[in-house]
Amino acid sequence: MLSSVAERVYWLGRYLERVENTARLVNVYSTMLLDLPSGSHIGWSLLVDITGCHEEYNKSHSSVEEKQVVRFLLADSKNHASVLNCANMMRENARTTREIIPSEAWELVNNLYHTLKEDLSRTISRRSRQQTLENVVGDCQRIVGVLTGCMNHDTAFAFIQLGRKVERADMTSRIVDVGSISMLPAFSRSAKQKSFLEPYENIVWMNVLRCVSGYQGYRQRTHSQVKGDEVVKFLLQDEAFPRSLGYSLTDLVGHLNKLPNNVEVLRAVARAKKVTLEVNINQLLQHGLLDFIDELQISIADIHEEINNTWFRPVELRKPVRKGQSQTQA
Amino acid sequence: MPIDWKSYATGDFFDELISAPGKPRPFARTLAKYLASLSDEELIQRQDAVRYAIKTMGISFTVYSEAGNIDREWPFDLIPRIIPQKEWQITSKGLEQRLRALNCFIHDVYNDGKIFKNKVVPIELVMDSENYRPQCKGMKPKYQVWANICGTDLVRNNDGQFYVLEDNLRVPSGVSYMMENRTVTKRVFPELFENSEILPNSEYPSHLYEMLMSLSPRDKARPEVVVLTPGIYNSAYFEHSFLAQQMGAELVQGSDLMVEDDKVYMKTINGLAPVDVIYRRIDDMFLDPTVFNPDSQLGVAGLLGAWLKGNVALANAPGAGVADDKVIYTYVPAMIKYYLGEEPILPNVPSYLCIDEKQREYVLKNLDKLVVKPANESGGYGMLMGPKASKKERDEFALRIKANPRNYMAQPLVYLSTSPILTGTGGGVEPRHIDLRPFILQGKNFYVTPGGLTRVALVKGSYVVNSSQGGGSKDTWIVDENGVPGSKNAEGGAA
Repeated sequence: MLSSVAERVYWLGRYLERVENTARLVNVYSTMLLDLPSGSHIGWSLLVDITGCHEEYNKSHSSVEEKQVVRFLLADSKNHASVLNCANMMRENARTTREIIPSEAWELVNNLYHTLKEDLSRTISRRSRQQTLENVVGDCQRIVGVLTGCMNHDTAFAFIQLGRKVERADMTSRIVDVGSISMLPAFSRSAKQKSFLEPYENIVWMNVLRCVSGYQGYRQRTHSQVKGDEVVKFLLQDEAFPRSLGYSLTDLVGHLNKLPNNVEVLRAVARAKKVTLEVNINQLLQHGLLDFIDELQISIADIHEEINNTWFRPVELRKPVRKGQSQTQA
Repeated sequence: MPIDWKSYATGDFFDELISAPGKPRPFARTLAKYLASLSDEELIQRQDAVRYAIKTMGISFTVYSEAGNIDREWPFDLIPRIIPQKEWQITSKGLEQRLRALNCFIHDVYNDGKIFKNKVVPIELVMDSENYRPQCKGMKPKYQVWANICGTDLVRNNDGQFYVLEDNLRVPSGVSYMMENRTVTKRVFPELFENSEILPNSEYPSHLYEMLMSLSPRDKARPEVVVLTPGIYNSAYFEHSFLAQQMGAELVQGSDLMVEDDKVYMKTINGLAPVDVIYRRIDDMFLDPTVFNPDSQLGVAGLLGAWLKGNVALANAPGAGVADDKVIYTYVPAMIKYYLGEEPILPNVPSYLCIDEKQREYVLKNLDKLVVKPANESGGYGMLMGPKASKKERDEFALRIKANPRNYMAQPLVYLSTSPILTGTGGGVEPRHIDLRPFILQGKNFYVTPGGLTRVALVKGSYVVNSSQGGGSKDTWIVDENGVPGSKNAEGGAA
């Protein structure tokens, strides 16, 4: 398989996962805010933070209001991580690998982009937003279904899966970060505010689970109330839940084993696994998730770098070096 | 109002489906009757279904403009064009004959030059051709075939006869649209396929793949065949990717390939892998920056050397375009007699060469009646449609001809045949001019597509069928008349 094609199907996988996850995130976040009291001061800026687009947002916006944030995350052509842009990138990568992927998958990708573009060109009211986002998630699931069910499970498929799982690991780590809202009580300036927010802690964690369709899975696996430490443990370390970090990383290994010269990449995965599985969750919640999430994301970015160096731009064939590729495609 | 064929005015032109108002040709009766049976709403539904299918399938081509490159959806008219199988059998023999002779000619040009010594074709015409590549002298590609893939443009004049308008021997495109048009028609009119014997056209990629494999310089069970594309911004990228997909071949860009010790490799996830056959969709001049255009980013340094050493096959071979020249074209009937000792089955459109003084005089005097074409342009660019041009345009063109007579040839206006298209919404049908581009393969064996790509000038009265200039296309059916009820007493249509 050509290196350039491998790179494109890998990014096809990444954008496919990113479109789905961003859609889930915006949708769940919107419904969560409805549950929180209006005086909670939990606003839309956190959502911008989670997607890692704070700087870009501030460049073009002076305030953080629902309408602006939602438009920015879903439809803004200047935001490289907006759902529409990611769908477009997914389409471009599919369009340029049509000789590899099943035609049905290309048609679904193509349709998703066109439909989304049309839907998002209208004003995004809360109600239509939810419908649109649910459709996006459903469409992504169909694409995954066609790829899994109709494509040869060979190298091209393995690269799509690598892309999906690296992206998923990255996104799950960000979603865990949403939970840090629940720690706001601890950091609240006044006792009054603290007591005001405490009852909502579980609601936040419940929504974090919903974001990754993990609520039922959590209940079945833990037989426990929705509690911060258990949820974080579930999302990071559970071995059966397909969107947990631990699961995604293990899954990566399975796909990597189908590819040649995989040693360095496997090592990077092992390092990320170590970070994920050996962390003390209770301590983590007391001191704040921020540093840990940073460490985790760096170890995931390392996996990406190793994939890049091994297959897409191996040293002996290397063209002029490009940098900073972990979040967007060169 | 549903379609009423009685109000369909064919005018002075030969219409492919309707011989006179209200009178479909025998092989088109089933189709005409079926179309007339559809209500306005049904027709609109089908048209919407076409647009939707084309958008979903992502059938597109790229238009270059100053405002940026736009990936446009393929303009398609849903009424198919029909050619009876009997007529097609003769036509495809003619196409095969023509390509056989053209390949003899190209091989002769780069090797013995017998045709010059025998004064059938003047040597200066070839040496002056922009598409002559001296680097290829002495090269002997496999089977002595240089143009493995040819797209020949056919037009039908108002005498009902097919004429050859030009042979595209460099990187002819359009075959993917031929197949996709069929896919769209099947989606939209499945009923029609139940009642007619329409020859399938989807086998082209297998024949192409087999032909390409037969070119491999190495005796392998499965030679590595790749499609070399200029990239995603090329107007025919859709087609490159379509063909690679259909053949299961790698689609590569120049940057995916490299040459070492005159051997071609592609950069894969396993490291470098040898390449045997390259179906290149890049023009000669961009193939190899060390030999041709040094600024080309599209090609591969050293590719020509690897080919000349016989380490890799290139289809079409560099230099094949020497016969794809509108001046050389005028000699093809003579070539057929010279190399094959046969009479041409398909006639050329009568042509006047501006390099010949007498013929040039005639051309300059009759510019208002002639179509003048530059020898090397494609896509319908740079030509003069005399009868439609203003006096000023004709005068300007006359200066160009005088300045560079070798570069121009002229032909009388061919009264391109018409075929009905749907206009607006509902049952409006009007005739529009069409042409036909069948595709011919030559390697170890020959293959001619059943039918080809029918291009249609969507603008009323226009003769310009190129998709880059407002043309559209139609599905093309080769129909076994014996399979169509009521078609025994065929009238007209067959040439």
